[in-house]
Amino acid sequence: MALDLTFYSWDLIGRYVLGGLWFSVQLTIVATIGGVLLGTLLAMMRISGNRLLMWPAAVYVNTMRSVPLVMVILWFFLLVPFVVGRPIGAEVSAMITFIAFEAAFFCEIVRSGIQAIPRGQLQAGTALGLSYGQNMRLVVLPQALKNMLPVLLTQVIVLFQDTSLVYAIGAYDLLKGFDVAGKILGRPIEAYIGAALVYFVICLTLSRVAARLVNRPAA
Amino acid sequence: MIEMKHLSKWYGSFKVLDDCSLQVNQGEVVVVCGPSGSGKSTLIKTINALEAFQEGELTVNGVALHDPSTDLPALRARVGMVFQHFELFPHLSVMENLTLAQVQVLGRSLSDAQVRGAKLLDRVGLAAQRDKHPSQLSGGQQQRVAIARALAMDPVVMLFDEPTSALDPEMVGEVLEVMVQLANEGMTMMCVTHEMGFAKRVANRVIFMDQGRILEDCASSEFFDDTASRVPRAQEFLARVLAH
Repeated sequence: MALDLTFYSWDLIGRYVLGGLWFSVQLTIVATIGGVLLGTLLAMMRISGNRLLMWPAAVYVNTMRSVPLVMVILWFFLLVPFVVGRPIGAEVSAMITFIAFEAAFFCEIVRSGIQAIPRGQLQAGTALGLSYGQNMRLVVLPQALKNMLPVLLTQVIVLFQDTSLVYAIGAYDLLKGFDVAGKILGRPIEAYIGAALVYFVICLTLSRVAARLVNRPAA
Repeated sequence: MIEMKHLSKWYGSFKVLDDCSLQVNQGEVVVVCGPSGSGKSTLIKTINALEAFQEGELTVNGVALHDPSTDLPALRARVGMVFQHFELFPHLSVMENLTLAQVQVLGRSLSDAQVRGAKLLDRVGLAAQRDKHPSQLSGGQQQRVAIARALAMDPVVMLFDEPTSALDPEMVGEVLEVMVQLANEGMTMMCVTHEMGFAKRVANRVIFMDQGRILEDCASSEFFDDTASRVPRAQEFLARVLAH
């Protein structure tokens, strides 16, 4: 079976792929920002020492981490319209799902990052009269976030690959773009090879950046 | 300035501080010494409420720490603390280390805080290092920045928790020098240290602790010169630290 290299044309890319790629990137960015914010909040709850905050956060994180992502995507697609009272598109549903799901993973990254900051730092801030919140915001979190940047970036790479799972609810992402093009033009094999190459290049680039951050001398 | 009455503290069933009473008056320099694990650090950390206690009374600058309604951050802002491992904020520059709490806690404007910070950096001899990060400084320089950071809050009393123990021997002097200068200017100081030379030279009083108890609390001349009158445990300690 010969590969038809004429399959990869600018016309095809512009017509089918770019839109899907843009959604995959958008979903990754939205899920990263939303996930880090919600994950940081969950991490603060988990280390708060207050059972009323620790328990719900622990249950949430452990539940999300124990369920396959594709199931979460399907469940949210079914449940979110029910909760908000009106139908929502697959794309919006995917964004909400990914924020909620990734938050659980980012929570654990942030939590271990915070716990790696020496206790003396918190004591120093406290001794200067900073409140717990000021201490977290100004002393602990900036250091923790900087230390965990490589791990965060690794998680973002996994996240980017996982965005392909939105095929389950029919959202139009990068994979779907190639999928549609392959079906219309009758060239599924070329289409999936093209998709794999794009994922590969993007993920490899990101992991190179992450590796560079790890090797960077401490400031 | 500091008045501690029958203060006790437990970690679980282990009594780390056992019926400690002491008084520090304005302008006094008090050195706390004793073998490691005797509760010295824990004792001075109760004074700015970094360590809680279960029994007894403690009043600092007229504020009752045993009263649960006390505004602890407000008190801590007026009690300067210098740590064994400096604990400068590594993600901030030297100047930012000095201005952070001035702005956030005292509500000073950034420019006022910088003026105050620059003055104190100059005083500890580090004016040229203001834009560096702590990791670019030597241990002795870092500890001097830490002292300046505490002084920037205009404290009524300064607490030192083994400020020279983590330093290379050749850097001990520069830190002690700053502390001596501070003492000569009339700062009220309480200092956990093994530097007996410093204690002899500048301390008004020496407190000796062992196993969570205050065994000696006397004038430093008495402590060092009249060793025969000390409790046996303190004599033993003095014999060891003064032997060489």
